[in-house]
Amino acid sequence: MFKMNNNSLIIKDPVLSIRNLFVSYDKGKYAVNNVSADIKRKSVTAIMGPSGCGKSTLLRAINRMHELYENIETKGEIVLNGRAIAQMPTIELRRMAGMVFQRPNPFPTMSIYDNVIAGYKLNGIKMKRAQRDEIVERSLTDVALWNEVKDSLYKKGSFLSGGQQQRLCIARALAFDPEVILLDEPTSALDPVATSKIEELLVKLKENYSIVMVTHNMSQAARISDYSMFMYLGELVEYGKTKDMFTKPKDRRTEEYLTGKFG
Amino acid sequence: MQTGKLKIRTLKNNIFKSTVIVFSVVTILPILLIIYELVSKGIKQISFDFILKTPPDTFEAMTALSNGELIPGGIANGIAGTLFMVIMASVIAIPVGVITGIFLYENQGKPLANLTRNVSDILQGVPSIVLGLIAYIWIVKPVTHGFSALAGSVSLSIMMLPMIVRSTEETLKMIPQTIKEAALALGVPYYKVILRVLVPTGFSGLLTGILLSISRILGETAPLMLTALGSSAINFNIAKPTSAVPLLIWEFYNDPNMVDLIWSSSLLLMAMVLSLNIISKRIVARTK
Repeated sequence: MFKMNNNSLIIKDPVLSIRNLFVSYDKGKYAVNNVSADIKRKSVTAIMGPSGCGKSTLLRAINRMHELYENIETKGEIVLNGRAIAQMPTIELRRMAGMVFQRPNPFPTMSIYDNVIAGYKLNGIKMKRAQRDEIVERSLTDVALWNEVKDSLYKKGSFLSGGQQQRLCIARALAFDPEVILLDEPTSALDPVATSKIEELLVKLKENYSIVMVTHNMSQAARISDYSMFMYLGELVEYGKTKDMFTKPKDRRTEEYLTGKFG
Repeated sequence: MQTGKLKIRTLKNNIFKSTVIVFSVVTILPILLIIYELVSKGIKQISFDFILKTPPDTFEAMTALSNGELIPGGIANGIAGTLFMVIMASVIAIPVGVITGIFLYENQGKPLANLTRNVSDILQGVPSIVLGLIAYIWIVKPVTHGFSALAGSVSLSIMMLPMIVRSTEETLKMIPQTIKEAALALGVPYYKVILRVLVPTGFSGLLTGILLSISRILGETAPLMLTALGSSAINFNIAKPTSAVPLLIWEFYNDPNMVDLIWSSSLLLMAMVLSLNIISKRIVARTK
């Protein structure tokens, strides 16, 4: 039986369970140090912490994007919907765990339509035209972009505004109908208006999707997340309901971070 | 007192300014003079015949000159040979160069990549006549048993390689890492990320590098003298001697009756090189 960190929540039927996860880029130095946590279905879980605390690495470990770095070593286990991700082919895993990045990154050579469908297209998955149209419309509607772009679907995605581009990138991840959406500081490159639109969108999306979001914007975590993790130096210091954590943090370090003493 | 100092400073400033302008003009001047000379001496020979016919022999040229007529015939064999060899050289150099460029981009800082990059840079500095000699030893003697278009193309393709390698690597480096991540996060296999996402994204950069490398070899003469040799007829056989525009210019130079053709051939060659340069500059400007 594995040992749970005493700060971990007990969550029934989690979409993700992370068990004793260690990730090191450098021998002996852990970017993620013995993290165990369960992630609740159909809710927003925020990962907070100062820069370099391992929050992005933890997020990337979930769809194994962290393996792109050299000399990476991973120990422990992540289970997605009852299946260990280490044994899954990356294509399948990344379809189930879609990722959205800090900077909007639509493919500059592709139209809006092709950007949404890019995951299917680039992986050589053949579909009927009607089926493709349906996926594009559903995904763009989900991110509240359909009405804005339905007349310019065949224009390049890079002509959209930053906020629209980021919603396009979320649509690209949604096209696969993923189990979980991983967002790596999705609003840090956007202006306040675009940011609040994305936040509204995430609150709406959690009705159907499980969302894990890295943010170093505490008020954002407080506004939209249901659960929060606080990480420090690779360790998961505290994990709980966002309300509880922001009103009565259990750990001194969490309290100091939330009150702005460091970070 | 103060105004005096100010005057001296303004004067110094103006002297500096005008020096800069003078030297800039000095830089532009040669190309303007070259174009002027070529146009004024060469334009009279330019006609459809000049592009569609092969050169006259010395006697025909002499007769035409003594009758005060234009030299008949043209440089069709040179134009055809240049296009033929440039296309063949591109077919050899583009895949090798682009793939090597991708390899360098993907293996930043690794020993083999560093070695390849340095060797490619050195290759750029190898005198073109040496490349001609090498192609002579490699192709002319053992493969085609005589001067040939193939040998010419091989020497030209070696000249193209370093530029294509470098421009491919630099272009790919300029593509934001986030685009690559986006594709990988969709589960796209690595080779497809490169071929279907990175190469299309950097396409205009790759094209520019290729066009510039072509414009560099268009006027190459020395390696062709040792490989393609030249031919008075149009030739599309890779194993046979082939003419090229710069080779013809050299031949015309050695024949006192053909002097007029030197200028029109040079004008045509210059026009080809300049337009390739302008096209590639345009592409760069449009994508920036």
